[in-house]
Amino acid sequence: MELQANVTALAYLVAAVLFILALRGLSSPETSRAGNTMGMVGMAIAVATTILSPEIESYTWILVAVVIGGAVGLLIASRIAMTAMPQLVAGFHSLVGLAAVLVAGAAYSHPASFGLLDSAGEIFIASRVEMALGAMIGAITFSGSIIAFTKLQGLVSGRPVTFAGQHWLNALLGIAALGLVGYFCVDQSPWVFWLLVALAFVLGFLLIIPIGGADMPVVVSMLNSYSGWAAAGIGFTLHNNALIVTGALVGSSGAILSYIMCKAMNRSFFSVILGGFGGDSTAAASGGEVDDRPVKQGSADDAAFIMKNAGSVIIVPGYGMAVAQAQHALREMVDELKKAGVKVSYAIHPVAGRMPGHMNVLLAEANVSYDEVFELEDINSEFSQADVAFVIGANDVTNPAAKTDPASPIFGMPILDVERAKTVLFVKRGMSAGYAGVQNELFFNDNTMMLFGDAKKMVESILRAID
Amino acid sequence: MHGDFISQLSIFVLAVFVGYYVVWSVTPALHTPLMAVTNAISSVIVVGALIAAGPDGMSLAKVLGFVAVMLASVNIFGGFAVTQRMLAMYKKKK
Repeated sequence: MELQANVTALAYLVAAVLFILALRGLSSPETSRAGNTMGMVGMAIAVATTILSPEIESYTWILVAVVIGGAVGLLIASRIAMTAMPQLVAGFHSLVGLAAVLVAGAAYSHPASFGLLDSAGEIFIASRVEMALGAMIGAITFSGSIIAFTKLQGLVSGRPVTFAGQHWLNALLGIAALGLVGYFCVDQSPWVFWLLVALAFVLGFLLIIPIGGADMPVVVSMLNSYSGWAAAGIGFTLHNNALIVTGALVGSSGAILSYIMCKAMNRSFFSVILGGFGGDSTAAASGGEVDDRPVKQGSADDAAFIMKNAGSVIIVPGYGMAVAQAQHALREMVDELKKAGVKVSYAIHPVAGRMPGHMNVLLAEANVSYDEVFELEDINSEFSQADVAFVIGANDVTNPAAKTDPASPIFGMPILDVERAKTVLFVKRGMSAGYAGVQNELFFNDNTMMLFGDAKKMVESILRAID
Repeated sequence: MHGDFISQLSIFVLAVFVGYYVVWSVTPALHTPLMAVTNAISSVIVVGALIAAGPDGMSLAKVLGFVAVMLASVNIFGGFAVTQRMLAMYKKKK
């Protein structure tokens, strides 16, 4: 028995190390695929170790659950469009959160099978705290992710939902939930546990509804972090080191991504979480003043002519490119430009898209080589030598007001210096303001040419004009 | 058994630091796959679900465990598969 416990603990340790290596592999695209395989092996080891342990007496239910769940998972993974990755990840987070609640609930209702009872037949105090916290964070992750999913999927408006006293209500609910965690240590009645879970569900829902659509990169990262902390909480309850280590890894990963996203927007984490900023571009635009200064407007033929005769072009993609599904047409356009001897590279702002790294995946899907795609700090100095900056579906991240106008809401946000290029070609549907509700000064510059139209159709017309 | 809380906490704190350094070394181009794969590995919570669903006979814990195994399986298979699909697309110029 002693020997078996040691072997089991060692197997979980191996699984935890493999998970660390899986993340480590992501330091470069070449090693990433091997890393993912290590993650799968780690998971297989963890699951096999548990299944072979003496606690598992019957396999039928487990097999049925794995087959159904696995089939659904594989089906979703093979069908999902790359543009829909943010909502997929949000949806997956909700499942981890709910699973954490269910496991905590199972441990609570049957503590004996998890070895959580003391000699008096009560649940250990430490285990109560751990399972209560695990269930609480899991429930917040679940309902918060569901809201994030419905906003990203467009099932509800991305506009922030705010009402008077919102923050007070959230604070009250949060304090009440923590109070219940404390009370659970004295009284282990079912109503305490389940009321805590119910409160946490409501709290997760209320926390995410005030956050606008374009702040979703932060929200998705934050929920990623929560799902990790929930898993770690359950790991403490179950005395399972693989779960504790994995929860800690995932928790810190999500926290770092949230930090990177906030920094790229020059906003504090709390101002994002408290919400109420911006929303759908249409909603934001209606509040902005109408600007009737003249802009220079161009056609697809003009754009084709300018780019074909340029020495170098830098492409700046944004969420609008994803919405219009223009990435494939864009890559074909770039191929033609390269044939004409033009040097082309891509510049990605950290918050382009609806989740961290979203644009990179879309470009990779369109067969763009990853060594042509650069992050902001690596390419920003090159705009001054570029002949053309081709902005497609991005807006606020190119607004020079962030550098020059202290009154602007986006002042201080790091932006791509596209205005330094000789010519800026700006693909846009109309003159509406960006997500932040601010007019982009770039539109009125002498070296800017606006290309009005749907991103995909515009790129296709340019492609035809280049041929 | 609960006496080893301090050793669990030590493991947890050290793992947070490991996570901190490993995640900062991830290239920003792979942040989306990072989120997908962290999601897949956090589903190792399935080990708790398996223990809940394991015993003979019927109980509330078993039903909860069954559902949890199913949800975690969606995540494990879906998460790793979608990560693999994404990573396969990252190519260098031939």
